[in-house]
Amino acid sequence: MLDSILFYFFAGVAVTSAALMVTRRNAIHSAVFLITTLLATAGIFLQLGAEFLFIAQIILYVGGIMVLFIFVIMLVRLDVALQHIRFRMKNLVVTIVIAVLGAEAGAIIYYARKLPGQGLFIQNMAPAEKLAPNSERLAESLFSGYLLPFEIASVLLLVAMVGAVVMAKNKKRTPEES
Amino acid sequence: MQDDALQNNGTLLGADELVLNMGPQHPSTHGVLRVKLKLDGERVRGTECVIGYLHRGVEKIAENRTYQQFAPYVDRMDYVAAVSNGLGYCEAVEKLLNVEAPPRARVIRTILTELQRIASHLLWLGTHALDIGALTPLFYCMREREEILKIFEKYCGARLTTHAFRIGGLQYESYDGFEKDVERFCNDFERRIQEYVDLLTGNSIWISRTRNVGILNAADCIAMGASGPILRAAGVKWDLRKAQPYAAYDQYQFEIPTGTSGDTYDRYMVRIEEMRQSRLICLQAIEKIPEGAIMGKVGKVIKPPAGEIYHSIEAPKGILGYYIVSDGGTQPYRVRIRPPSFINLQALDRMVRGHLVADVVAIIGTLDIVLGEVDR
Amino acid sequence: MNPTLHGILVFLETWWVELTSGIVIVAVVPLVAGYVVLVERKLMADMQARLGPMRVGPHGLLQPIADAVKLLIKEDIIPAESDKLIFWLAPVISMVAALTSMGAIAFGPAFQVARDINIGILFVLGVSSLGFLGIILGGWASNSHYSIIGALRSTAQLVSYETAGGLAIISALLLSGTLKISGIVQAQYEQHVWFVFLAPVAAFIYLVASIAETNRAPFDLPEAESELVAGYMTEYSGFRWALYFLGEYANMIVVGSIATTLFLGGWLRPFPNWKGSGLIPEGIVDAGWDLVPAAFLGLIGVYCLYRAGKQPAKAQTWFMWAVALACFVVAALYAIPALLFAMGIGGVAGSLSVAVLPGLNGAFWFLLKVSGYIYVFMWLRFTLPRYRFDQLMHLGWYILIPLAIVNIFAVGVAMLVVANANWNHGLALTLATILGTVVTLLFAALLVRWHDRRTESASAASMAPDSYAG
Repeated sequence: MLDSILFYFFAGVAVTSAALMVTRRNAIHSAVFLITTLLATAGIFLQLGAEFLFIAQIILYVGGIMVLFIFVIMLVRLDVALQHIRFRMKNLVVTIVIAVLGAEAGAIIYYARKLPGQGLFIQNMAPAEKLAPNSERLAESLFSGYLLPFEIASVLLLVAMVGAVVMAKNKKRTPEES
Repeated sequence: MQDDALQNNGTLLGADELVLNMGPQHPSTHGVLRVKLKLDGERVRGTECVIGYLHRGVEKIAENRTYQQFAPYVDRMDYVAAVSNGLGYCEAVEKLLNVEAPPRARVIRTILTELQRIASHLLWLGTHALDIGALTPLFYCMREREEILKIFEKYCGARLTTHAFRIGGLQYESYDGFEKDVERFCNDFERRIQEYVDLLTGNSIWISRTRNVGILNAADCIAMGASGPILRAAGVKWDLRKAQPYAAYDQYQFEIPTGTSGDTYDRYMVRIEEMRQSRLICLQAIEKIPEGAIMGKVGKVIKPPAGEIYHSIEAPKGILGYYIVSDGGTQPYRVRIRPPSFINLQALDRMVRGHLVADVVAIIGTLDIVLGEVDR
Repeated sequence: MNPTLHGILVFLETWWVELTSGIVIVAVVPLVAGYVVLVERKLMADMQARLGPMRVGPHGLLQPIADAVKLLIKEDIIPAESDKLIFWLAPVISMVAALTSMGAIAFGPAFQVARDINIGILFVLGVSSLGFLGIILGGWASNSHYSIIGALRSTAQLVSYETAGGLAIISALLLSGTLKISGIVQAQYEQHVWFVFLAPVAAFIYLVASIAETNRAPFDLPEAESELVAGYMTEYSGFRWALYFLGEYANMIVVGSIATTLFLGGWLRPFPNWKGSGLIPEGIVDAGWDLVPAAFLGLIGVYCLYRAGKQPAKAQTWFMWAVALACFVVAALYAIPALLFAMGIGGVAGSLSVAVLPGLNGAFWFLLKVSGYIYVFMWLRFTLPRYRFDQLMHLGWYILIPLAIVNIFAVGVAMLVVANANWNHGLALTLATILGTVVTLLFAALLVRWHDRRTESASAASMAPDSYAG
């Protein structure tokens, strides 16, 4: 019972925030609603027993990427940029997309009614003790089985960081030279 | 058109010259000083000081007061070091009158002026450290300054704007226990200076905030007329107490501390050392205060012969000069005051170039300006 | 019974510990943060040769209440063109992040809101970093150029030092092997030593990083009053400002708790493993340590009684007696279960004391250590001047982060050496720690020397004579 309440709470927050996010005029408001969406999704991860994913979502997505988004929104004059974007067909595209997604959602709910043991309320959650501890398993596989992809990803990130610093520095030098 | 819009609005990132206004109400400008900083990003490209917020027309007032009536006004210029102002003025008028203050008066004047130098430097140190972020030295400095102000209060009844000296000498005898008080203060003070030195001198944060910040080298100092600890920190050994001795300074042994590079750290070291030297002067002076009269041969009505005089002393903030023109009457024809802070403030523009905004506060602090003096 | 009511009762029965802890945190922590502010003011006054708040309440003890009331009744000023939603939201985010992260902190062996979540430390770190959003949004919502810049600077500082702090924490996590808070303390119990002795450089790096993370001096440029750029908190007045301020002090408690858990042994008493080693019977050592909190509080009570006689006013004397009484009452609360347990008394009282004793003792030692850590914060604030922003960023990126990375390697190598050595465990541990620390410190010396040379040459270059000056 508690699980159902929590799930519907998180899901409701996620969906409403997402809807609000795409309909706001103010970019910062959109960013804030994106943050709430991400937090709600993290809550659902936690409910599913994926606690490492939950905290990774919070640290990386909300604490890192959203902070970056907000920096960019603050530092770039969006009203000037907005004046030059003209996309005329947006109402049509939105209607089509909503129709398609709505049909999908309706189909899922309709067919899910027929599945055994399912319904609007969660009957049984997987017992938490039966799941292997997340962080340990993740660490084991990262450093043994998936070591090479891990290292490649690290090098990629390093290259991106160095590149960003180089590009930022060049931008600063040019006005001084001239 | 797109580019025009972007140019006109500018982005926060690419703003090119930005004028930032500091003051006149600001916790760190030490008075009502308005500084317009021209910034390029974080770096300061130039400044423009707007002064005059404390202008009271002191020099004009002097033309309508008798010489004795004008004496309290000079205290209000550099209100942090009122006793030195009074010394400069009284000695200037005495020169005009061709009268000398008796030896006892000169010695007591010296003691009080040196105590005032210590008090002025203590206030400077506390507020300068506070601007840079050290919260505690201010209270320690105020504690010591309190002792000096108590001595002033016992002597002449006032702590800040003392009007301690009169033309021709002193009005008040030194009170019973004056030497004991001064001696007790001086004995205690060495330990206290050591406290400040312990807190700040070797502190790497202090050093990185003050080393190579606000450099004013000797040539620039002399070109701009900067004087006092600023000049001495640049390496020029020029102190009017040794070069053109006045009061009783020629009787005492003391050093003139100098720096090497003229940065904020050197000015800090010079002022700390000056406090030590002032303490030594006081200790030497109280050993032997000559007996005798405290007032020279000055009549009730002071009417100096027509003429002009320029007399300067080494005030705590620099060279304080008085140029008095007398037309033979009881009121001066013109009193022109050469305030050290006003002249030193000119150097601000030169000193802040290329520094960051956060350094501006430290540099204004290290100039040790008092707006009462700058604006008069 | 009504099934809904039954459901609610079952829910309460399963979750009552978590619920009460949560309510306690939300209700008590702001009050505690307020009193931490009072402690800071009194301590600042003491170090500055003055008295601090003395008027409001005896010795200023009601000052936080007075401040809270004043802030609540202040006019709520919102800047004209600001974004109302964000203006309202920003301090809330700051406060909520700080309070939520306290949920995973364990004050005692079984004493936390989130019952021993598997990712304990990571949870605290991650959620407390949500507070940065409060700072950026606050600066933005103030609709002032300088507030935005102040907020961006503050966030840049926080992010850089969080990286350094996180890397320092990794060194300690290497030693403990788990992210669970109880696991970390258990590891310190099993290794017979607090991790601050095994990884002192990491502890120091975390100390510096946590000072920067809570925007305390010497890293408080973004919020200093004597600086030009006014800072993100300028436009906030009244209760909104109080939320930011309390969030900052709650954050201090959080980082103090992280440091205590990781480096200072958490809720363990000093020398938790020494059971007498044959010289003293085992029970006596435990009983002795159990009575230390009571003795500590009793001593404070005795000191209050002693001071009571020296107060100038009657009201202050009575107040001191009341404080002494409160100390004795709490000391008794600590002493009674300890004595019952030591004397082996059974029955209801006995089993109650057995249940309550570890929690009480744990909480006492934990809070003592956190208080010590916060005391160091305050001590540094009053002593050191402030770093300039670029110096601050240099320190974080050029010195602390490389140092932390090298320290991770050093600790890892040390652990390998200890694991593979056949020597006495203690000896191997000591040698490995010393070696690791020395290597890291040498590296630190090199870094600092390189950094100083760089700064000198940079400032020498910028001091080129400018013939157009003036």
